[in-house]
Amino acid sequence: MQGIDRRQFLKVAGLGGLVFASGLARGAETYASGADEFFFVQLSDTHWGFQGAPNPDAAGTLPKAIAAVNALDPQPDFIVFTGDLTHTTDDGAERRRRLTQFKELISGLRTKEIRLMPGEHDASLDNGEAYREFFGPTHYSFAHKGVHFIALDNVSDPAGRIGDEQLAWLAADLAKQPRDSRIVVLTHRPLFPLYPQWDWATKDGEQAIAALMPYQNVTVFYGHIHQEHHFKTAHIEHHAARSLIFPQPAPGSVPKRAPVAWDPAQPYRGLGFRRVEAEPKEYKLTELPVLKA
Amino acid sequence: MKRRMFLLLPFFAGAAWAQPEPRVIAIRAKKFEYTPGEITLKLGEPVVLEFTTEDVHMGFDAPELGLHADIVPDKTVRVPFTPGKAGSFDFACDVFCGSGHEEMGGVIKVLV
Repeated sequence: MQGIDRRQFLKVAGLGGLVFASGLARGAETYASGADEFFFVQLSDTHWGFQGAPNPDAAGTLPKAIAAVNALDPQPDFIVFTGDLTHTTDDGAERRRRLTQFKELISGLRTKEIRLMPGEHDASLDNGEAYREFFGPTHYSFAHKGVHFIALDNVSDPAGRIGDEQLAWLAADLAKQPRDSRIVVLTHRPLFPLYPQWDWATKDGEQAIAALMPYQNVTVFYGHIHQEHHFKTAHIEHHAARSLIFPQPAPGSVPKRAPVAWDPAQPYRGLGFRRVEAEPKEYKLTELPVLKA
Repeated sequence: MKRRMFLLLPFFAGAAWAQPEPRVIAIRAKKFEYTPGEITLKLGEPVVLEFTTEDVHMGFDAPELGLHADIVPDKTVRVPFTPGKAGSFDFACDVFCGSGHEEMGGVIKVLV
């Protein structure tokens, strides 16, 4: 496993965001001959229903993010939410109320193709039951302009496992893909053990990575850790997105994991969403703020 | 020969009885804390960590020590452990248990 030297790739973009160029490993040139360029947007960890000092505008942040996505011109081909759509509650009725409100809010997005997946806050206390009532299966795959997308559920099991059944489904899904297929995995928790001391891992994530390893062009986009993070397991890149509720400290940087305090002088600092441009030989990642400076 | 072995048996049996029982450390989990939250052990001293939960399914994970337990209601989970390195090691709940899950953890201190 290895980190990615961000200094090699980061540069300030004119769009008010940061750009990260994520190169594909091998075979992309062959693939690219039949590819269309497009972009999608990744939002993550909206935690609808959260109340607390780390975000005094918790009820206003998601609407602001939706407005910011709606202001993109052109609009993305589709939008993904990589989990923790709602903040957890022990009350099943309240969980459904939050999921209802979330669904109503995202209906205001101009782009109507939306791909969702749960986080542990949505699904771990009822094994995904309420989530499925609203949004259907928690794992699935789809194709878009030559890219094979796979949404993996590593949260419906409260112990943070993908599980044997889903891993078998993943193997069968991958078996239909040529080894040089361009594959994007969308999930909530990191598939690699980023920092298990803070539960920033997937217990059987190494089995998913092993299944993906023979494929030459695999990129993973995930959430959960409430901060931008880039990592490689061999040729597979893993990119964590910022949250839309509160940032978390860097892995292991403080004795106890706790939200980064809200800064009234810089509200919404550390929050944001991501634009992912699928180009012939790379993904161009642009981190965008909730509010433009 | 048989007689000699017979005579030795009480000696070995006595040696087995002389082995001290490992210290048992009871660790109770409940939303969203462990009691005790700080566990002090001695390097090389065998102990048994005895886990129970007062409410829901919990986890106990100290990855730097290779310690892990699934703590389910109405059961006592016993984990024998002998610390092989000194220092302070964080542990955390690794089974999502509700709105305070992220803050649920503690530290194991292994003294020389």
